Amino acid sequence: MSESTTPAGLLIDRVSKDLAGRTIVDDMQLEVRAGELTCLLGPSGCGKTTTLRMVGGFLQPDAGAILIDGVDVSRLAPEKRPTAMVFQNYALWPHMSVFKNVSFGLRLRRLPRREIRDRVEQVLELVGLTHHMNSFPAQISGGEQQRVALARALVLEPKVLLLDEPLSNLDAKLRVRVREDIREIQQRVGITTVFVTHDQDEALSISDRIAVMSGGRVEQYADPTTLYREPATHFVASFVGAMNFYTGTVADGAVEIAGGVRVPCEGARRNGGAPVEIGVRPEDVMVSTAGDGAEAHVLREIPRGHYKELVMQLGEAEVRAFVGPEVSTSERQRVRFARAVVYAEGVLRPSTEPAPLR
Amino acid sequence: MSVVEQAAVLPAARPRPRPTARSVALRSLGVVFVLALLVFMVGPILWLALRAFSNVWPYPRFLPSDWTMKWWHSVFADKSLGHSIKLSFEFAPVVTVASAVICLPAAYAFSRFNFPGRRFLLVSLFATNAFPKIGLYISMAGVFYTFNLMGTFLGVVIVQLIGTVVFMTWIPTAAFSSIPRSLEEAARDAGAGPLRVFFRITFPLAAPGIFVAMILSFLASFDEAQGTFLVGIPNYITMPTEMYTLVLNYPEQAAAVFSILLAIPSVILMSLARKHVMGGRLAEGFQIR
Repeated sequence: MSESTTPAGLLIDRVSKDLAGRTIVDDMQLEVRAGELTCLLGPSGCGKTTTLRMVGGFLQPDAGAILIDGVDVSRLAPEKRPTAMVFQNYALWPHMSVFKNVSFGLRLRRLPRREIRDRVEQVLELVGLTHHMNSFPAQISGGEQQRVALARALVLEPKVLLLDEPLSNLDAKLRVRVREDIREIQQRVGITTVFVTHDQDEALSISDRIAVMSGGRVEQYADPTTLYREPATHFVASFVGAMNFYTGTVADGAVEIAGGVRVPCEGARRNGGAPVEIGVRPEDVMVSTAGDGAEAHVLREIPRGHYKELVMQLGEAEVRAFVGPEVSTSERQRVRFARAVVYAEGVLRPSTEPAPLR
Repeated sequence: MSVVEQAAVLPAARPRPRPTARSVALRSLGVVFVLALLVFMVGPILWLALRAFSNVWPYPRFLPSDWTMKWWHSVFADKSLGHSIKLSFEFAPVVTVASAVICLPAAYAFSRFNFPGRRFLLVSLFATNAFPKIGLYISMAGVFYTFNLMGTFLGVVIVQLIGTVVFMTWIPTAAFSSIPRSLEEAARDAGAGPLRVFFRITFPLAAPGIFVAMILSFLASFDEAQGTFLVGIPNYITMPTEMYTLVLNYPEQAAAVFSILLAIPSVILMSLARKHVMGGRLAEGFQIR
């Protein structure tokens, strides 16, 4: 299968869409490289599903164009587009067996029976469901239905695969397994993929790149590591992962937060002394009972299995820290920041970006 | 009920609790209620069945004193009665098909498109059932005279159609609405055009609901008497209109025989539809938003 499909790039070129008088997608720009898996990540109502539906052809953009492999497909009906969608509720046809579901598109194309059978068997083997060929959707589990939906999309050898929150109907354990399956299959087939999700964990673990969306725009488009380490905006920083936020000033080697508390911070460089927003990941909060750290006292200790979460009072503010189980549970602690990101007016200040410590 | 079920499922786990006086009283009340319902529902039918075979049935006796088949013979011997049976079986399928042709596209539109006045139109279909039928038919008769439809086949079909519109629209609307739109979108995505999507996906999934609607329409047309009487007479006399003549001109035993004949298609079709009615398809008819 993978041999016959040459991966194609997708370009969403300054696309806008209004629905019921509200601007859902606002002058959006996004490029997905051939063979890449891009996640559209954002809270509900951010326009991610609308964007996906425009790529699939179920909605027409009000402005802008959608290009696949350099060809404008914006005005094509869904059945004419080289895309295939996996729906949130799987959308398997309940009156057809798994074989009939998967072969539907091939039968429409009037392929020889032998070829249809081969291709369906091949794709069902890819998703590990050959034994359910003659089952009906109602007879198989949610995770299996999910894989049938994926097989049904892949069998048509689309240029772009679209996944609309495909895992949201599965329980937590299965979700992790199926997302890994999807990533593995995607890489094996080498298909250009757009994956919509509101789950940052999901996005971080399977994407080549993640586009964080808010208010119909892309806030940041970057690979998972960059997105996590250097969130470009305050929104991205708060949406992806946990983050302690303080208003304060940056000095050389320390930050000063509300209540005049001075916290030592690696790599901090003084910049004008104007108040800024300071973000610190909980795992970058260093906790010890001695040293030159700012004094904090522990409010709560939350066991998280392989690590502990400490909630501490730091002057007037609260600080959350992820620490190893070896950290002693004393009420008084000293706190340092190993790394901080600084925002002015909601946007990352690259000039004050401290060199990553670890 | 629940006590019995628990005992059946977990025979060893817990001993069956002793029935309290209260639960015994409640249960016997339930039995009395069911029996009363049975008497009211089955009683008249039973009486009718006995009546059809009785010659003499003096008042205080529990059963007829003299049995006979002569009412059945006289009904089957009467040519006009035979003709009316044939006519009924002509009208009902024609009306059902015409109703489906008219109402199914409307039902699809009600379910899939949100147009101005949608709710109002949907509810207004009940208007034909809200007014006394005879008043409606009399005003229709005025229109029918103008268009020379009185006493014609078409006229009878139209008047019978009126009674089927509600079922033929509401039930299929619910059936179409219960199909998630993504099922149709997935078929578009796989390369099917809108028409093919309808015939390969939407229609097969809505078919049970449509089937139930068609059975109900068939029965509504089959049992329709007032309008058919008003419009069809004297050229088209179907089974239910024949009943009027029977009640007036024959002994009531002949009417009993005819009622039983009239009930046969209903019983057959309802038992055919039972599976789908029980499956909740009929109940869906009233869950449209």
